[in-house]
Amino acid sequence: MSTQRVVDARGSFCPGPLMELISNMKMMAVGDVLELLSTDAGSAADVPEWIKKVGHTMINTEQDAEGTWHIRVRKEK
Amino acid sequence: MKILVIGGGMGGTIFANHLARRLPHEMKTGKTQITMLSANHQHIYQPGWLYVAMGRATPDELVREQASLLEPGIEFHVDPVEEFHLAENHVKCKSGKVYEYDLIVISTGSRPTPETIPGLRENSIHCYTADDALNFFRQLSAFKGGRIVITVGLPHKCPMIPLEITFAMHDFIKDRGLLDKTEFYYTYPIGRVHSLENVAKWAAPEFDRMGIRYETFFNMKEVDGKNAAVLSEEGAAVKYDLLVAVPPHKGQEVIEKNGLGENGWIPTHRNSLHMEGEYGKNVLVLGDTTNIPISKAGSTAHYEAEVAAENVAALIKIGCPVREYDGKVFCFIEAGKDRATYASFNYQTPPQPKAPTGAVHAFKMAYNQLYWATARGLL
Repeated sequence: MSTQRVVDARGSFCPGPLMELISNMKMMAVGDVLELLSTDAGSAADVPEWIKKVGHTMINTEQDAEGTWHIRVRKEK
Repeated sequence: MKILVIGGGMGGTIFANHLARRLPHEMKTGKTQITMLSANHQHIYQPGWLYVAMGRATPDELVREQASLLEPGIEFHVDPVEEFHLAENHVKCKSGKVYEYDLIVISTGSRPTPETIPGLRENSIHCYTADDALNFFRQLSAFKGGRIVITVGLPHKCPMIPLEITFAMHDFIKDRGLLDKTEFYYTYPIGRVHSLENVAKWAAPEFDRMGIRYETFFNMKEVDGKNAAVLSEEGAAVKYDLLVAVPPHKGQEVIEKNGLGENGWIPTHRNSLHMEGEYGKNVLVLGDTTNIPISKAGSTAHYEAEVAAENVAALIKIGCPVREYDGKVFCFIEAGKDRATYASFNYQTPPQPKAPTGAVHAFKMAYNQLYWATARGLL
Protein backbone atom coordinates (compact mmCIF):
# COMPACT_ATOMS: atom_id res chain seq x y z
CA MET A 1 0.00 0.00 0.00
CA SER A 2 1.50 3.36 -1.03
CA THR A 3 2.03 6.17 1.41
CA GLN A 4 2.01 9.88 0.76
CA ARG A 5 4.46 12.37 2.14
CA VAL A 6 4.38 16.14 1.93
CA VAL A 7 7.64 18.04 1.59
CA ASP A 8 7.23 21.70 2.40
CA ALA A 9 10.02 23.47 0.51
CA ARG A 10 8.39 26.89 0.47
CA GLY A 11 10.99 29.61 0.93
CA SER A 12 13.81 27.13 0.39
CA PHE A 13 16.65 28.54 -1.73
CA CYS A 14 19.30 26.06 -0.64
CA PRO A 15 19.18 23.18 -1.11
CA GLY A 16 15.96 24.12 -2.88
CA PRO A 17 12.76 22.30 -3.80
CA LEU A 18 14.09 19.87 -6.38
CA MET A 19 17.00 18.77 -4.19
CA GLU A 20 14.60 18.33 -1.25
CA LEU A 21 12.42 16.20 -3.51
CA ILE A 22 15.38 14.07 -4.62
CA SER A 23 16.56 13.58 -1.01
CA ASN A 24 13.08 12.53 0.10
CA MET A 25 12.52 10.22 -2.87
CA LYS A 26 15.55 8.24 -1.70
CA MET A 27 13.74 7.49 1.57
CA MET A 28 10.51 6.39 -0.11
CA ALA A 29 9.31 3.01 -1.31
CA VAL A 30 8.29 2.30 -4.91
CA GLY A 31 4.70 3.35 -5.36
CA ASP A 32 4.82 6.05 -2.68
CA VAL A 33 3.58 9.51 -3.58
CA LEU A 34 5.31 12.78 -2.71
CA GLU A 35 3.66 16.19 -2.75
CA LEU A 36 6.16 19.02 -2.99
CA LEU A 37 5.17 22.51 -1.88
CA SER A 38 7.26 25.21 -3.51
CA THR A 39 7.20 28.98 -3.90
CA ASP A 40 9.83 28.75 -6.63
CA ALA A 41 8.21 29.05 -10.06
CA GLY A 42 11.14 27.16 -11.59
CA SER A 43 10.05 24.02 -9.73
CA ALA A 44 7.06 23.66 -12.03
CA ALA A 45 9.55 23.06 -14.87
CA ASP A 46 12.62 21.48 -13.32
CA VAL A 47 10.80 18.87 -11.24
CA PRO A 48 8.93 17.38 -14.22
CA GLU A 49 12.16 17.44 -16.23
CA TRP A 50 14.02 15.42 -13.59
CA ILE A 51 11.09 13.07 -12.98
CA LYS A 52 10.99 12.26 -16.69
CA LYS A 53 14.77 11.71 -16.90
CA VAL A 54 14.78 9.25 -14.03
CA GLY A 55 11.57 7.44 -14.91
CA HIS A 56 9.22 8.36 -12.09
CA THR A 57 5.66 9.57 -12.71
CA MET A 58 4.36 13.12 -12.66
CA ILE A 59 0.87 12.96 -11.19
CA ASN A 60 -0.06 16.63 -11.39
CA THR A 61 1.05 20.21 -10.79
CA GLU A 62 -1.13 23.07 -9.62
CA GLN A 63 -0.72 26.49 -8.10
CA ASP A 64 -2.95 27.56 -5.23
CA ALA A 65 -4.42 31.00 -4.50
CA GLU A 66 -1.38 31.97 -2.40
CA GLY A 67 0.97 31.17 -5.26
CA THR A 68 2.32 27.93 -3.82
CA TRP A 69 3.01 25.16 -6.31
CA HIS A 70 1.75 21.71 -5.34
CA ILE A 71 3.67 19.13 -7.35
CA ARG A 72 2.74 15.48 -6.92
CA VAL A 73 4.99 12.65 -8.10
CA ARG A 74 5.09 8.89 -7.69
CA LYS A 75 8.25 6.86 -7.20
CA GLU A 76 8.46 4.12 -9.81
CA LYS A 77 11.83 2.54 -9.12
CA MET B 1 15.33 25.21 34.96
CA LYS B 2 17.46 22.26 33.82
CA ILE B 3 18.62 22.65 30.24
CA LEU B 4 20.26 19.69 28.58
CA VAL B 5 22.26 20.20 25.37
CA ILE B 6 23.00 17.13 23.30
CA GLY B 7 25.93 17.66 20.94
CA GLY B 8 29.13 19.66 21.34
CA GLY B 9 29.38 20.92 17.76
CA MET B 10 28.61 24.39 16.46
CA GLY B 11 24.92 24.49 17.28
CA GLY B 12 25.13 23.07 20.79
CA THR B 13 28.23 25.02 21.81
CA ILE B 14 27.05 28.39 20.50
CA PHE B 15 23.63 27.85 22.09
CA ALA B 16 25.03 26.89 25.49
CA ASN B 17 27.48 29.80 25.60
CA HIS B 18 25.00 32.40 24.41
CA LEU B 19 22.45 31.21 26.94
CA ALA B 20 24.93 31.19 29.80
CA ARG B 21 26.01 34.73 28.95
CA ARG B 22 22.39 35.88 29.01
CA LEU B 23 21.69 34.28 32.39
CA PRO B 24 24.66 35.08 34.66
CA HIS B 25 22.52 35.59 37.75
CA GLU B 26 20.43 32.49 37.15
CA MET B 27 23.54 30.39 36.53
CA LYS B 28 25.23 31.72 39.66
CA THR B 29 22.26 31.06 41.92
CA GLY B 30 21.50 27.67 40.38
CA LYS B 31 18.08 28.74 39.11
CA THR B 32 19.29 27.60 35.68
CA GLN B 33 21.55 24.65 35.06
CA ILE B 34 23.07 23.98 31.64
CA THR B 35 24.48 20.51 31.02
CA MET B 36 26.11 19.45 27.76
CA LEU B 37 26.59 15.86 26.65
CA SER B 38 28.85 15.05 23.73
CA ALA B 39 30.40 11.99 22.14
CA ASN B 40 33.69 13.86 21.72
CA HIS B 41 35.98 15.73 24.10
CA GLN B 42 37.12 17.85 21.18
CA HIS B 43 35.40 20.56 19.17
CA ILE B 44 36.28 20.44 15.50
CA TYR B 45 36.16 23.35 13.04
CA GLN B 46 34.86 21.28 10.13
CA PRO B 47 35.12 23.97 7.39
CA GLY B 48 38.89 23.65 7.84
CA TRP B 49 38.98 20.21 6.25
CA LEU B 50 38.87 21.84 2.80
CA TYR B 51 42.22 23.42 3.59
CA VAL B 52 43.63 20.11 4.90
CA ALA B 53 42.66 18.53 1.58
CA MET B 54 44.69 21.22 -0.20
CA GLY B 55 47.68 20.91 2.13
CA ARG B 56 47.06 24.33 3.65
CA ALA B 57 46.22 23.16 7.16
CA THR B 58 46.72 20.14 9.37
CA PRO B 59 43.96 18.51 11.40
CA ASP B 60 45.44 19.48 14.76
CA GLU B 61 44.93 23.16 13.88
CA LEU B 62 41.19 22.60 13.66
CA VAL B 63 40.45 21.25 17.13
CA ARG B 64 40.12 22.62 20.65
CA GLU B 65 39.18 20.89 23.86
CA GLN B 66 35.42 21.31 24.17
CA ALA B 67 35.60 22.11 27.88
CA SER B 68 37.93 25.04 27.15
CA LEU B 69 35.27 26.70 24.97
CA LEU B 70 32.41 26.62 27.46
CA GLU B 71 31.31 29.39 29.79
CA PRO B 72 32.03 28.71 33.46
CA GLY B 73 29.09 26.98 35.05
CA ILE B 74 28.18 24.83 32.06
CA GLU B 75 28.50 21.20 33.09
CA PHE B 76 30.13 19.11 30.35
CA HIS B 77 30.35 15.33 30.03
CA VAL B 78 31.76 13.13 27.31
CA ASP B 79 28.97 10.57 27.54
CA PRO B 80 27.04 9.88 24.34
CA VAL B 81 23.29 9.58 24.62
CA GLU B 82 21.91 6.17 23.74
CA GLU B 83 18.26 6.53 24.63
CA PHE B 84 15.93 9.53 24.37
CA HIS B 85 12.86 9.32 26.63
CA LEU B 86 11.10 12.50 25.60
CA ALA B 87 7.81 11.57 27.25
CA GLU B 88 9.60 11.32 30.60
CA ASN B 89 12.02 14.20 30.02
CA HIS B 90 15.24 12.27 30.38
CA VAL B 91 18.00 10.65 28.37
CA LYS B 92 20.13 7.64 29.16
CA CYS B 93 23.80 7.64 28.25
CA LYS B 94 26.45 5.11 27.37
CA SER B 95 27.72 5.21 30.96
CA GLY B 96 24.27 4.18 32.17
CA LYS B 97 23.73 7.58 33.74
CA VAL B 98 20.33 9.22 33.32
CA TYR B 99 20.03 12.99 32.81
CA GLU B 100 16.73 14.67 33.46
CA TYR B 101 15.79 17.99 31.94
CA ASP B 102 13.11 20.65 31.71
CA LEU B 103 14.22 21.57 28.20
CA ILE B 104 16.45 19.64 25.80
CA VAL B 105 18.35 20.96 22.80
CA ILE B 106 19.35 18.33 20.27
CA SER B 107 22.20 19.36 17.98
CA THR B 108 23.92 16.15 17.00
CA GLY B 109 24.94 17.10 13.48
CA SER B 110 25.34 14.89 10.44
CA ARG B 111 27.82 12.38 9.02
CA PRO B 112 28.99 11.41 5.54
CA THR B 113 27.69 8.02 4.43
CA PRO B 114 29.54 7.11 1.21
CA GLU B 115 28.78 3.45 1.93
CA THR B 116 25.16 4.07 0.93
CA ILE B 117 26.22 4.36 -2.73
CA PRO B 118 27.59 1.03 -4.02
CA GLY B 119 31.26 1.35 -4.87
CA LEU B 120 31.64 4.94 -3.72
CA ARG B 121 33.55 4.43 -0.46
CA GLU B 122 36.35 2.42 -1.94
CA ASN B 123 36.64 4.25 -5.25
CA SER B 124 36.49 7.93 -4.33
CA ILE B 125 38.02 10.55 -2.10
CA HIS B 126 36.25 13.21 -0.03
CA CYS B 127 37.15 15.72 2.66
CA TYR B 128 34.49 15.28 5.31
CA THR B 129 36.69 13.85 8.06
CA ALA B 130 40.27 14.63 9.10
CA ASP B 131 41.59 11.29 7.86
CA ASP B 132 39.71 11.57 4.58
CA ALA B 133 40.95 15.13 4.03
CA LEU B 134 44.56 14.01 4.59
CA ASN B 135 44.05 11.11 2.19
CA PHE B 136 42.56 13.60 -0.29
CA PHE B 137 45.71 15.73 -0.12
CA ARG B 138 47.97 12.71 -0.62
CA GLN B 139 45.98 11.38 -3.58
CA LEU B 140 45.73 14.78 -5.25
CA SER B 141 49.47 15.28 -4.73
CA ALA B 142 50.18 11.91 -6.37
CA PHE B 143 47.82 12.54 -9.30
CA LYS B 144 49.73 12.64 -12.57
CA GLY B 145 47.02 13.76 -14.96
CA GLY B 146 43.76 12.52 -16.41
CA ARG B 147 40.13 13.17 -15.65
CA ILE B 148 39.02 14.33 -12.22
CA VAL B 149 35.29 13.82 -11.79
CA ILE B 150 33.30 15.52 -9.04
CA THR B 151 30.12 13.70 -8.01
CA VAL B 152 27.57 15.05 -5.51
CA GLY B 153 25.22 13.06 -3.29
CA LEU B 154 22.11 14.26 -1.49
CA PRO B 155 21.67 15.50 1.09
CA HIS B 156 25.06 16.82 2.16
CA LYS B 157 26.40 19.39 4.57
CA CYS B 158 28.36 22.43 3.46
CA PRO B 159 26.46 23.24 0.26
CA MET B 160 29.33 25.24 -1.22
CA ILE B 161 31.81 22.37 -1.11
CA PRO B 162 31.09 21.05 -4.63
CA LEU B 163 32.16 24.39 -6.09
CA GLU B 164 34.89 25.12 -3.55
CA ILE B 165 36.61 21.77 -3.93
CA THR B 166 36.51 22.09 -7.72
CA PHE B 167 38.00 25.59 -7.76
CA ALA B 168 40.58 24.62 -5.13
CA MET B 169 41.65 21.52 -7.04
CA HIS B 170 41.94 23.54 -10.25
CA ASP B 171 44.42 25.91 -8.57
CA PHE B 172 46.25 23.01 -6.90
CA ILE B 173 46.70 21.15 -10.19
CA LYS B 174 47.67 24.39 -11.95
CA ASP B 175 50.36 25.02 -9.34
CA ARG B 176 51.66 21.51 -9.89
CA GLY B 177 52.01 22.29 -13.60
CA LEU B 178 49.53 19.60 -14.61
CA LEU B 179 46.63 21.69 -15.88
CA ASP B 180 47.27 20.81 -19.52
CA LYS B 181 47.22 17.09 -18.60
CA THR B 182 44.06 17.30 -16.47
CA GLU B 183 40.40 17.47 -17.33
CA PHE B 184 37.91 18.56 -14.65
CA TYR B 185 34.40 17.13 -15.02
CA TYR B 186 31.84 18.45 -12.56
CA THR B 187 28.47 16.79 -12.09
CA TYR B 188 25.51 18.10 -10.09
CA PRO B 189 22.12 16.64 -9.15
CA ILE B 190 19.81 19.35 -10.55
CA GLY B 191 19.59 21.28 -13.80
CA ARG B 192 22.29 23.85 -12.97
CA VAL B 193 25.72 23.78 -11.34
CA HIS B 194 24.50 24.79 -7.88
CA SER B 195 21.32 24.72 -5.81
CA LEU B 196 21.35 28.53 -5.44
CA GLU B 197 20.29 29.98 -8.78
CA ASN B 198 22.38 33.14 -8.50
CA VAL B 199 25.43 31.18 -7.40
CA ALA B 200 24.96 28.86 -10.38
CA LYS B 201 24.68 31.90 -12.68
CA TRP B 202 28.05 33.10 -11.40
CA ALA B 203 29.75 29.69 -11.30
CA ALA B 204 28.85 28.29 -14.73
CA PRO B 205 30.66 31.05 -16.69
CA GLU B 206 33.61 30.60 -14.32
CA PHE B 207 33.67 26.92 -15.20
CA ASP B 208 33.51 27.85 -18.90
CA ARG B 209 36.38 30.31 -18.50
CA MET B 210 38.49 27.77 -16.66
CA GLY B 211 37.72 24.93 -19.04
CA ILE B 212 35.86 22.90 -16.43
CA ARG B 213 33.28 20.69 -18.10
CA TYR B 214 30.01 20.03 -16.36
CA GLU B 215 27.00 17.76 -16.55
CA THR B 216 23.80 18.56 -14.67
CA PHE B 217 20.90 16.31 -13.68
CA PHE B 218 23.44 13.75 -12.47
CA ASN B 219 22.52 11.86 -9.28
CA MET B 220 25.07 9.16 -8.58
CA LYS B 221 23.64 5.67 -8.35
CA GLU B 222 26.74 3.51 -8.10
CA VAL B 223 30.44 3.45 -8.89
CA ASP B 224 31.88 0.76 -11.14
CA GLY B 225 35.40 0.63 -9.77
CA LYS B 226 36.55 -2.03 -12.22
CA ASN B 227 35.77 0.18 -15.20
CA ALA B 228 36.39 3.45 -13.34
CA ALA B 229 32.99 4.92 -14.08
CA VAL B 230 30.32 6.62 -11.96
CA LEU B 231 26.77 5.83 -13.03
CA SER B 232 23.75 8.05 -12.51
CA GLU B 233 20.08 7.53 -11.78
CA GLU B 234 19.45 9.40 -15.02
CA GLY B 235 21.20 6.67 -17.03
CA ALA B 236 24.53 8.38 -17.66
CA ALA B 237 28.01 6.94 -17.08
CA VAL B 238 31.09 9.11 -16.61
CA LYS B 239 34.58 7.62 -16.65
CA TYR B 240 37.14 8.99 -14.22
CA ASP B 241 40.80 8.74 -13.31
CA LEU B 242 40.21 10.33 -9.92
CA LEU B 243 36.72 10.43 -8.40
CA VAL B 244 36.01 13.20 -5.91
CA ALA B 245 32.82 12.71 -3.96
CA VAL B 246 30.55 14.91 -1.93
CA PRO B 247 28.96 11.89 -0.25
CA PRO B 248 25.32 11.72 0.77
CA HIS B 249 24.87 12.36 4.48
CA LYS B 250 22.66 11.14 7.29
CA GLY B 251 21.96 12.35 10.79
CA GLN B 252 23.39 10.44 13.72
CA GLU B 253 22.38 6.82 14.14
CA VAL B 254 21.14 7.44 17.69
CA ILE B 255 18.48 9.80 16.33
CA GLU B 256 17.11 7.21 13.95
CA LYS B 257 17.43 4.33 16.41
CA ASN B 258 15.30 6.26 18.90
CA GLY B 259 12.63 6.92 16.30
CA LEU B 260 13.17 10.68 16.34
CA GLY B 261 13.64 11.14 12.62
CA GLU B 262 14.02 9.27 9.36
CA ASN B 263 17.69 8.99 8.36
CA GLY B 264 18.52 10.91 11.54
CA TRP B 265 16.76 14.17 10.56
CA ILE B 266 14.35 15.39 13.24
CA PRO B 267 11.12 17.07 12.02
CA THR B 268 11.54 20.67 13.20
CA HIS B 269 9.49 23.85 12.90
CA ARG B 270 11.41 26.16 10.60
CA ASN B 271 10.84 29.31 12.70
CA SER B 272 10.42 28.24 16.32
CA LEU B 273 13.02 25.44 16.00
CA HIS B 274 10.84 23.20 18.16
CA MET B 275 10.64 19.53 17.32
CA GLU B 276 7.36 18.75 15.58
CA GLY B 277 4.96 16.43 17.34
CA GLU B 278 3.51 15.86 20.76
CA TYR B 279 6.77 16.12 22.71
CA GLY B 280 8.13 19.16 20.91
CA LYS B 281 7.08 21.72 23.49
CA ASN B 282 10.34 21.35 25.41
CA VAL B 283 12.56 20.04 22.60
CA LEU B 284 14.61 22.34 20.40
CA VAL B 285 16.60 21.08 17.42
CA LEU B 286 19.52 22.92 15.87
CA GLY B 287 21.85 22.62 12.91
CA ASP B 288 22.17 19.67 10.56
CA THR B 289 19.97 17.51 12.78
CA THR B 290 16.78 19.24 11.66
CA ASN B 291 14.77 18.29 8.61
CA ILE B 292 14.21 21.94 7.74
CA PRO B 293 14.68 22.51 3.97
CA ILE B 294 17.65 24.77 4.53
CA SER B 295 21.40 24.56 4.02
CA LYS B 296 23.16 22.10 6.29
CA ALA B 297 25.86 24.63 7.07
CA GLY B 298 27.79 25.91 10.06
CA SER B 299 26.23 29.32 9.75
CA THR B 300 22.74 27.81 9.85
CA ALA B 301 23.57 26.16 13.16
CA HIS B 302 25.15 29.40 14.37
CA TYR B 303 22.18 31.66 13.64
CA GLU B 304 19.65 29.07 14.83
CA ALA B 305 21.58 28.71 18.08
CA GLU B 306 21.58 32.47 18.69
CA VAL B 307 17.81 32.68 18.20
CA ALA B 308 17.20 29.62 20.36
CA ALA B 309 19.39 30.97 23.17
CA GLU B 310 17.70 34.34 23.06
CA ASN B 311 14.30 32.67 23.24
CA VAL B 312 15.17 30.31 26.09
CA ALA B 313 16.64 33.18 28.08
CA ALA B 314 13.49 35.21 27.45
CA LEU B 315 11.34 32.26 28.44
CA ILE B 316 13.17 32.11 31.76
CA LYS B 317 13.20 35.85 32.38
CA ILE B 318 9.84 37.03 30.98
CA GLY B 319 7.91 33.84 30.32
CA CYS B 320 7.85 33.76 26.53
CA PRO B 321 10.09 33.58 23.46
CA VAL B 322 10.87 36.84 21.64
CA ARG B 323 11.76 36.03 18.05
CA GLU B 324 11.74 33.53 15.27
CA TYR B 325 14.51 32.10 13.11
CA ASP B 326 14.16 33.69 9.68
CA GLY B 327 16.25 31.19 7.71
CA LYS B 328 19.43 33.26 7.82
CA VAL B 329 22.45 31.56 6.26
CA PHE B 330 25.85 33.01 5.37
CA CYS B 331 28.29 30.87 3.41
CA PHE B 332 31.69 31.83 2.14
CA ILE B 333 32.54 30.43 -1.29
CA GLU B 334 36.25 29.91 -1.82
CA ALA B 335 36.79 30.33 -5.57
CA GLY B 336 40.38 29.08 -5.57
CA LYS B 337 43.45 29.52 -3.43
CA ASP B 338 43.31 33.30 -3.11
CA ARG B 339 39.84 34.63 -3.88
CA ALA B 340 36.38 34.15 -2.48
CA THR B 341 32.85 35.44 -2.45
CA TYR B 342 29.86 34.69 -0.23
CA ALA B 343 26.16 33.91 -0.28
CA SER B 344 23.91 35.51 2.33
CA PHE B 345 20.20 34.71 2.32
CA ASN B 346 17.14 33.81 4.37
CA TYR B 347 13.68 32.33 3.78
CA GLN B 348 12.51 35.48 1.97
CA THR B 349 15.59 36.81 0.20
CA PRO B 350 17.83 34.82 -2.16
CA PRO B 351 21.59 35.52 -2.27
CA GLN B 352 23.20 37.98 -4.69
CA PRO B 353 26.84 36.88 -4.77
CA LYS B 354 29.45 39.30 -6.06
CA ALA B 355 32.57 38.48 -8.04
CA PRO B 356 35.26 36.80 -5.89
CA THR B 357 37.97 38.99 -4.42
CA GLY B 358 41.19 38.59 -2.50
CA ALA B 359 39.69 40.67 0.29
CA VAL B 360 36.83 38.22 0.93
CA HIS B 361 39.30 35.33 0.84
CA ALA B 362 41.45 37.15 3.41
CA PHE B 363 38.35 37.67 5.54
CA LYS B 364 37.56 33.94 5.30
CA MET B 365 41.10 33.04 6.32
CA ALA B 366 40.77 35.41 9.28
CA TYR B 367 37.37 33.95 10.17
CA ASN B 368 38.89 30.46 10.21
CA GLN B 369 40.71 31.70 13.35
CA LEU B 370 37.95 33.98 14.62
CA TYR B 371 35.53 31.04 14.60
CA TRP B 372 36.69 30.12 18.10
CA ALA B 373 35.22 33.40 19.34
CA THR B 374 31.93 32.45 17.66
CA ALA B 375 32.01 29.07 19.37
CA ARG B 376 32.46 30.85 22.71
CA GLY B 377 29.42 33.01 22.06
CA LEU B 378 31.44 36.20 21.57
CA LEU B 379 31.23 36.82 17.82
